[in-house]
Order: sequence, then C-alpha cells, then structure tokens
Amino acid sequence: MSDHTVVRVGGLRKTFGSLEVLRGVDLEVRAGEVVVVFGRSGSGKSTLLRCMNFLEEPSAGSVEIDGIRVLGGHRTRTQRERIRQLRIRTGMVFQDFNLFPHMTAIENVIEGPITVKGTAKPEAMELGRRLLDQVGLSDKADEHPIRLSGGQKQRVAIARALAMQPKVMLFDEPTSALDPELISEVLTVMKDLATETKMTMIVVTHEMGFAREVANRVAFFHEGEIVEEGSPEQIITNPRHPQTRRFLEAVL
Amino acid sequence: MTADGRGVGPEAQPPTVVHGFRERAELAGARVPFRLKLAMVWGVILIGVGILFALAGFDVEWMLDHFWFIFRGLPWTIVICGVAIVMAVILALFGALGRLSTNPIAHGVSGFYTSFFRGTPLIVQMFLIFLALPELAPDGMLGLRRTLTLSAIQAGTIALGLNYGAYMTEIFRAGIQAVGGGQVEAAEALGMTYRQRMRRIVLPQAIRVIIPPTGNEFIAMMKDSALISLLGSVVAQMEIFRRAQLMGRADFRPLEAFIVAAALYWILTSVFQFFQTRLERRLSAGYVRSVKTFSQPGVSIGTRGELG
Repeated sequence: MSDHTVVRVGGLRKTFGSLEVLRGVDLEVRAGEVVVVFGRSGSGKSTLLRCMNFLEEPSAGSVEIDGIRVLGGHRTRTQRERIRQLRIRTGMVFQDFNLFPHMTAIENVIEGPITVKGTAKPEAMELGRRLLDQVGLSDKADEHPIRLSGGQKQRVAIARALAMQPKVMLFDEPTSALDPELISEVLTVMKDLATETKMTMIVVTHEMGFAREVANRVAFFHEGEIVEEGSPEQIITNPRHPQTRRFLEAVL
Repeated sequence: MTADGRGVGPEAQPPTVVHGFRERAELAGARVPFRLKLAMVWGVILIGVGILFALAGFDVEWMLDHFWFIFRGLPWTIVICGVAIVMAVILALFGALGRLSTNPIAHGVSGFYTSFFRGTPLIVQMFLIFLALPELAPDGMLGLRRTLTLSAIQAGTIALGLNYGAYMTEIFRAGIQAVGGGQVEAAEALGMTYRQRMRRIVLPQAIRVIIPPTGNEFIAMMKDSALISLLGSVVAQMEIFRRAQLMGRADFRPLEAFIVAAALYWILTSVFQFFQTRLERRLSAGYVRSVKTFSQPGVSIGTRGELG
C-alpha cells in the first residue's frame, strides 16, 4: 500500500426532499487500500457509493478520484464531461449485476474498452479473455447472461468493471442478491483482487467475515454518517460506539 | 381394474372409466393434434366463404381478367408503405428520445408533433399536405410554390409517415422505458456518453419490445395507404385501391374489383406477417435459456421473453 491517495470525499451531502440521507461524509482512501463500509439498511451507505460516481447527484460536497474533482450541485455541460472522466477511472459492481442481456459474457466485458476507450477489438478480446480467466469463467465467454448463475453473473460484472482498468472499484452489496451457496465464489474473486492485484476497493457489504479477512479499514455507517472507523480488529472485536455494538451483535 | 378392461396401475391412478359415446368422442378428440384441428377450422371457414361467394353470383371471369390490372398497383402500395415506414421509424425514434429528454426544446417539439398528428384524422392531414402546403409559399415565390406542390402519391406518403411516426413515438418511448434503469446505470458507470448508451445498450434492447407493435402499425399502414386514392393520383402512379376503384366503376363491377383489392391487401399483409414472426424469433437471442426454443413453431417472444 502506498501513501498516494486515490479517493477523497469531502463533506458529501445528499437530501431527498426533506430527508437527509448523507450528512457530510468525509472519506479518504489510499492506493491499494480496501475499505469496507457497513451499517443498517437504509443508513445511506449505498447512496454514498452511488454519489461517488454520480449515479446519484450529491446535494453538496466534493468527490475526487485519481485527481479528478467534481463538486455536487447543478450539472453543467463541462461538469458532465468531468463526471464521465471520473467514471472511466472508477469501476462499479451492482447488487443486481446489471449485465447487458443482449451481449455474451465476453461482449459485456469488452464493451467498455471498445466503446468508451476506443480499444481495438483484438486487443480488447485478449484483455476480456484474461479477465474472464481471472474470475474463473473462461469457459463461459460465449454464454449470454441468462444462462449464467447469479454468482457467475456477478463475476462477469466484476470482470466488466475491471476491463476499464479503474483506479478504484466500488462494490455496492455485491453478494446481497445471491443464493447463500454462491456468495463465496464472488467473495473469493474479490479477495484475490485485493491481495493479488492490490486493487483499491470500497465495499459496501454485510459480510463481516470478508471485512475481517480482507479489509484494511472498516467504517460503520449510521444515519448518513460514518460514526466509527478503524482497523477490522479494532472495530469488529472492540466497537466503541453503541450503535456499532448493537449492529454487530445483531449480525455476528 | 375398470369395467371395460383398461388396465389401471396398482398405484392409485384415478380410474379411467369411459361412460358411453360422448366421453369416447372427447377422448378421441383430445388425441387429434391442435394444428390439425386448426387446419380443419380454417378449411370449414374457407368452404363457407366459397359457398357465399358462389351464391352472390360474382363475375369471377371479370375478376380473373382484370386481376393483373389491379395487381399492378401492388408495387406502388409497397413503395408508398416502404418509404412511409422508414420515415415513421426515424420520426418515432427522435420523437421518443425527445419525449424522454430533459431538453425543453426537444421535449416541446416532440410533444407538439405527437399531439397534432395523433389528434387529427389521417385523411385531413393528407389533404392539408396536398392542398394547403403550396399556399404557404409567399406570393411571387413561384419556385418555392412549385416545390411545395406535391403529387398525390408524394403528399399521401408524407402524411402516412408523419401520422404513423406520431403513433409509433409512443411505441418507441415505451420500448426505451422498458429497458431497466439498472442498464442505464451500468452503462453510465462505464463512462458511456448519452449517444453510446442509447446506441449500444438501450436501443438494442428496446428493439425487442418495439418490433412487434411496429409490425402491427406497418400492417395498418398498408391498409391506410388506400386513402391516398382519395387525393386522386395520376394514372401512372395508382396503387391497388385506386386501380380497383377506377376499373370497378368503369365496368360496373365495383364489388368484384374491391374483392380483388381485398385479396391483394390480405396476401401482402400475410407475407409481411410471416417475415415479422421470423424476425421476432431471431431477436429473442439472449432472452431464452435453451437454443431449442428457436425451432419451435409459433412461439412469439411476447410470451417467452425473459430478462436476464
């Protein structure tokens, strides 16, 4: 892990009408670091992730990823282009996969490089095959998503995000939509990504086992704020905040 | 064991006692394949129509003699509808994108377009384009006036395209909206621009939803193209209905002429329907689990479609 900071979130706020979902979130993530964000459903942790690549418009605050800084608020034309540049450097994995159903697995993976980055097809295919191999799905390259299991779909989705060679990967509850027996295959891929590729990752999840094993840092999210953060041992075995303690008692 | 000796397995199968003729007949009927039954129904209907036809005493000889004259209108009908449907599809695509746009100009223009062309009768639109358009040219600008003076076929085709484009805007809009929000988000997360997203992700998926109702519109358009004859097209450009009308009137055989016209329209739409069904089946790639489904006859994606 280097000291180079990849992600800088400052004073991020999000309101839906009178409902304050994010109440000024600050978060810095260094290159190679794995941060797990956990908390009750409805605490705003998914919104935080979605605001970080502007799928959700932050009401105020700023997001900086790999040197590209975007402020929340109104969206102008120049700002739209900057958001796009920020997204190109950010990989996103969704809870319900969102694979493109009209494309095969490998077409899903190479779509970003070819369409967005203008990579030549043979080059993209090579990258695609390597990434599908990395997530253990070389033999499914030519299958359409409908013929894949949930775990396989999510692994293709991870490969699709990686194909853009992002500086940071955002995982939005990547295993919540999976049958219990399929969760571990996705977590294994994510763990390899963290330990072998040294990918910078922000993971919203309820998998505390994964957090303990892989995360460098965990953050407990409560009512739109990070109320407690630190190393996994520190937070999971010895939480200080009463809400953290209550939550951990419920899930562990 | 049952009375008539049919074996029933020792494991409590419900006894299949056959009571008399009626049930026997039902059982025999259940064994006949559905397609054969269907063919029989069609056969009976056609025989019935044939009998009515014979009773009405139509001049079949006249119909055969003049079939080819009316038939020569078919290419015009096809050309009119071909041009008009291309126009309608382009208008519907931009109309739908406009309706879904947050840009006030795009939204407003497409709103006006669909409101006017769906809110007024097609025949009125045809006459407006045929008769009123040249009047828009200011006095003295004869060149412009000449450009705006269209032939019946041109005016009718443009009116058809505009009118159907307005209806199909709603079809396209619904098709685009049927593509899940998650698809758009996934495309956005990859850094795609609006155009890339539409071209690569949204429209290819929307097409599946758009094609079947668009086919219906096309069939309706083939029939509505007959309205152009009311503008009075010149002899060289007469489509099916106009030819039937003229020939029928000339020989006092209007019913015979219209029957030939009806038959031609029916054949035309049936041929088109055949190709549309095949296209729909091809488009379902990626939405059905087994490859086998493609070879099953009569399976439309409307019922089989399943999103991944």
